[in-house]
Amino acid sequence: MNLAWKDIRRQGVRFLLTGVGLGLLFTIVLAMGGIYRGMVVEATVLTDAMRADLWVVQRDTRGPFAERSVVPRGLDDRLRVVDGVADAESFTFATIQRGDVAHPMRIGVVGLAWPGNHGQSLPLVAGRALTQAHRELVVDDSLGLPLGATLPLGDDTYTVVGLTHGFVASGGDPLAFATERDAAAILGWLAPESRRMDPRAGAEAPPSAVLVRLLPGEDPAAVQARLAAWPDVTVWTADEQHGLLLQGVIDKARKQIGLFRVLLTAVSAIIVALILYNMTVAKSHEIALVKLLGGRTRVVVGMILQQALLLGAIGYGVAVTLASVAFDHFPRRVIVTAEDFAGLALLIATITILASIAGIARALRIPPTLILAG
Amino acid sequence: MDHPILRAEALVKTYGQGDTELVALNHVNFVVEAGEVAALLGPSGSGKSTLLTALGLLNLPERGSIWLRDRLVVAEGVAQVDLAAVRRGSIGFVFQKANLIPFLTARENVLLAMQLNDRVGRAAAARAVSLLGELGLAGRADHLPEALSGGQQQRVAIARALANEPPLILADEPTAALDSHRGREVMELLKRIAHDRGAAVVVVTHDHRTLDVFDTIHEMEDGVLTRRPGAPA
Repeated sequence: MNLAWKDIRRQGVRFLLTGVGLGLLFTIVLAMGGIYRGMVVEATVLTDAMRADLWVVQRDTRGPFAERSVVPRGLDDRLRVVDGVADAESFTFATIQRGDVAHPMRIGVVGLAWPGNHGQSLPLVAGRALTQAHRELVVDDSLGLPLGATLPLGDDTYTVVGLTHGFVASGGDPLAFATERDAAAILGWLAPESRRMDPRAGAEAPPSAVLVRLLPGEDPAAVQARLAAWPDVTVWTADEQHGLLLQGVIDKARKQIGLFRVLLTAVSAIIVALILYNMTVAKSHEIALVKLLGGRTRVVVGMILQQALLLGAIGYGVAVTLASVAFDHFPRRVIVTAEDFAGLALLIATITILASIAGIARALRIPPTLILAG
Repeated sequence: MDHPILRAEALVKTYGQGDTELVALNHVNFVVEAGEVAALLGPSGSGKSTLLTALGLLNLPERGSIWLRDRLVVAEGVAQVDLAAVRRGSIGFVFQKANLIPFLTARENVLLAMQLNDRVGRAAAARAVSLLGELGLAGRADHLPEALSGGQQQRVAIARALANEPPLILADEPTAALDSHRGREVMELLKRIAHDRGAAVVVVTHDHRTLDVFDTIHEMEDGVLTRRPGAPA
């Protein structure tokens, strides 16, 4: 006869709802970790996909993901003749916002160096890469546009020919890939009246950076040192670009989520402790009776611990189920790994065991003579 | 004193200090033998409940010694053995209220006392059912306490007290919550148990209508225990 289980059966729905409530709390703990990891992946998915060894950007800037960066046209040609360089291609990036106030559509526009790069390295989930120099787009499916959809941008209307999944900018905005020239036209577009007022304005936007790929075995740091003497550019290695994104662009959001997660974990622990403590207080009479009948300490401790662990198990089950069902529908990417689930299980076990200590300490103080007090 | 089940000598227990000091047990000596049903009478605050908790090894005296079946369990107020283990196997308790665990059936409440004493399995389950049957509760074994009357609950509590066949049963006003008819039934039952099973039964009571049931009557006043002369034998 298991006293813990018998008591749980008496509590029935109340015990179950308490477990579900804890599960919701643990779901948020899990989500915080997933959002944190999602931010890191989203921040670097584009730079990783570009497979550049070096990012050559405007002098004294941190590149197009951190701030405005403009490099001269023809810089890619100059870089191709540098020792150790296998290939160099222009890269254009900027975020635009279309739609109306109620339904804004933010897009990270990426210009690919046509015809060498037509998006063949992008992991498409539907459609194809660019096959025409103009008016075609490969977009992320989070933009909500299906294959064949058209999108007016600037003077032209573009057709969606391919879809990616999970390709977003560091701010979570979906990416749209066009040829370099189309991207420049989209980003540099001015209304006809503005162009009439200032004929010099409205030129195509210049490239944001040049991506450099090195010959096999070439040391990125050595080429970077060689280019350091160029007065108009700054060169970042791929690792440095990665670091700039993580420690610069999303650093505060990352830390905020991390701190929030720590806070939430502490709050969860306190709530679990209070629940277990109150459950113990509610059973004071029964515990006193067990003690009076000569029950060993381990009987009382076991009852509290078993209930705590079962409560944690229900919470874990709810958290895992909700994570599996709901996280894919979050507006930003939530990446939860098997290690996260294992970590949560360990965390819940630790929290429930530690939280049980308060209940157990209370139970051990309950005198068996409490029964005689009526 | 042929077969003393419980012997207590020179028990002293005080509460408070200085001007507020209250002597609850004042060098109390007490003996109860196998098959004997002893009553503890006395006004409220006289110390009889303190004596019962001391004899039940729940609230030890500051001084004095207690023997259970010639085994010294408390010497000069200090436990000589694992008192919880002694309670598990050798003492049955019955209270003013039945004090059943509300989420266990009548059978499970009886079984619990045996389980705590490491008596599990079919034999224990059969004994629980048998005891309830003996006490007229065969048809109520699988009912929760809330589905039983006050008298039925008290009989379940008695079955629980008997579960481990303890030589000593301590009862604290077991009839207080019952009407006079049910109260007498319970007292007759305790007497039958004592006589049939050879157990010693000590009952704290205010109910003078049932005094004829007891073999010996002890009166407590201001911490002093005296045996009433000429008590029914």
